[in-house]
Amino acid sequence: MQQQQTRPSMKVEAKLFLARYKRDDKSHLVILDNQKCLKCKNKPCIIVCPAEVYHWEDDRLIVSYDNCVECGSCRIVCPYANIQFSYPRWGKGIGYRYG
Amino acid sequence: MPEKFDVIVVGAGPAGISAAITTARAKLNTIVIERGGIPGEKNMFGGVIWKNAFERLIPDFVKIAPLERKVVEYQYWILTDTGHIKIVYRDERLSKSPSGYTALRAKFDPWYAKKAEEAGAIVVTRTQALKPIVQEDKVIGVETDRGEVYGNVVIAADGANSLLAKQIGLHEEWKPHEMVLGVKEVVEVGRVKIEDTFKLGQDEGIAVTIVGGPVKGMTGGGFLYTNKETLSIGVGALLSDITANRKRPNELLEEFKRHPSISPYIKEGTLREYSAHLIPEGGYYSIPKLYTNGFMVVGDAAMLVNVVGWEGTNFAVESGIHAGETAIEAHKLGDFSMKTLRNYEEKLKNCFVLRDLRKFRNVPPLMRNNKALLTEYPEILNDLLYIWHTVDGKPKELKMKEMRKAILSRRNVAQLIRDSLAVARALFL
Repeated sequence: MQQQQTRPSMKVEAKLFLARYKRDDKSHLVILDNQKCLKCKNKPCIIVCPAEVYHWEDDRLIVSYDNCVECGSCRIVCPYANIQFSYPRWGKGIGYRYG
Repeated sequence: MPEKFDVIVVGAGPAGISAAITTARAKLNTIVIERGGIPGEKNMFGGVIWKNAFERLIPDFVKIAPLERKVVEYQYWILTDTGHIKIVYRDERLSKSPSGYTALRAKFDPWYAKKAEEAGAIVVTRTQALKPIVQEDKVIGVETDRGEVYGNVVIAADGANSLLAKQIGLHEEWKPHEMVLGVKEVVEVGRVKIEDTFKLGQDEGIAVTIVGGPVKGMTGGGFLYTNKETLSIGVGALLSDITANRKRPNELLEEFKRHPSISPYIKEGTLREYSAHLIPEGGYYSIPKLYTNGFMVVGDAAMLVNVVGWEGTNFAVESGIHAGETAIEAHKLGDFSMKTLRNYEEKLKNCFVLRDLRKFRNVPPLMRNNKALLTEYPEILNDLLYIWHTVDGKPKELKMKEMRKAILSRRNVAQLIRDSLAVARALFL
């Protein structure tokens, strides 16, 4: 009963299940130098990514590129220009059904 | 064996397709390179299609295009933590001759791309343009993930990220304060519910622009559009503000959806899609150099979005048409150098594209630098209305004093004067 009133936030992962992806086995997002990520205090890529592709584990940036919605935000906010961003090859990646 | 074209268009969105229709109709050998499996599958917008520019290319546009609903009502919502103030604008003249139509890009873009094919252009999908091929200071083609394509002129309609123009130095990387990240959900609520809720006839729709609420403290806003069976609902904020506030886009959207003034509309709906896209909102001062030898930039890739009025699709189409026409002139002259292509910029200066962006050139800087405008003023307005509408036996004279205090507790007199002057200057100078 209570749940109805305060619906819990839907997680991005669950939302992305609705999307259609053609998976590329090569990542289109490349971290050029992990040392720079170690130095990076705010790690804005983790915050801005609408698909929550970036995670910090131990001392390394994990990039779940296959959830990427190809917006490019991570590249723009990276203070070290450390994300080499391209689009997935040959029409792979996300495909919107509504847009 | 690489083939050579008169015109290479990169990107099958509204800007690129408009350019391609223009050049193909003039019998120029035109190829459109699109990275998606079908045009539109990588694209997302709010969204309203402004018909004016499209009708220049397709006179019976509104009859044949796959549009959702004609916008017969505009609403402006100011959200506060606890409530809302709404302006609802409707006029019969609008429903008779609407300017805007809601649309879904995965349906609209493939249809529009077909129009380029019908005009004689070749549209190649699943192909990503990697970089312009430059020879002797002139762009002579594009390297793709399937090989090289050569042409006399390249029209870059590669969208908000604008990777091609950046690679040849027309602009540096966008700054986080120039780009808004928009996140959107398409929620199915059904035709009957939409028409009942918003008092709409068949094919009639509304467009809602929303400020304040969960987006406060950031330069950005929200929107709600009615499609045939679904609602498009979303929020956006400058990348710099999302970073500074450490607010994850999905959390922002979830808070927005939970707001008491929003949640009733989507409560019983079914989520159909979650999407995100950048909107170039840097304004006039952020527009890159628009051309170089053998190369022009159009649409989002050229930052051609007007935040005042929330217009983008018409800027894309208009710029695409002008780039196409410039390519035709260059073809006639046999000269694709900057000398001829500068006409593209001249054309943009003489139409609404650069005239509007120049007119409102100070709006984007003002909105990103003065956060009070979108944060304190909605709250002030709300406080005033709250005090006025609380009938509790206090004489109105006291209420007026309370109202004055409510204003001054958020902005002092100097700030109020400075804010109004800044807004007036940004809009009218």
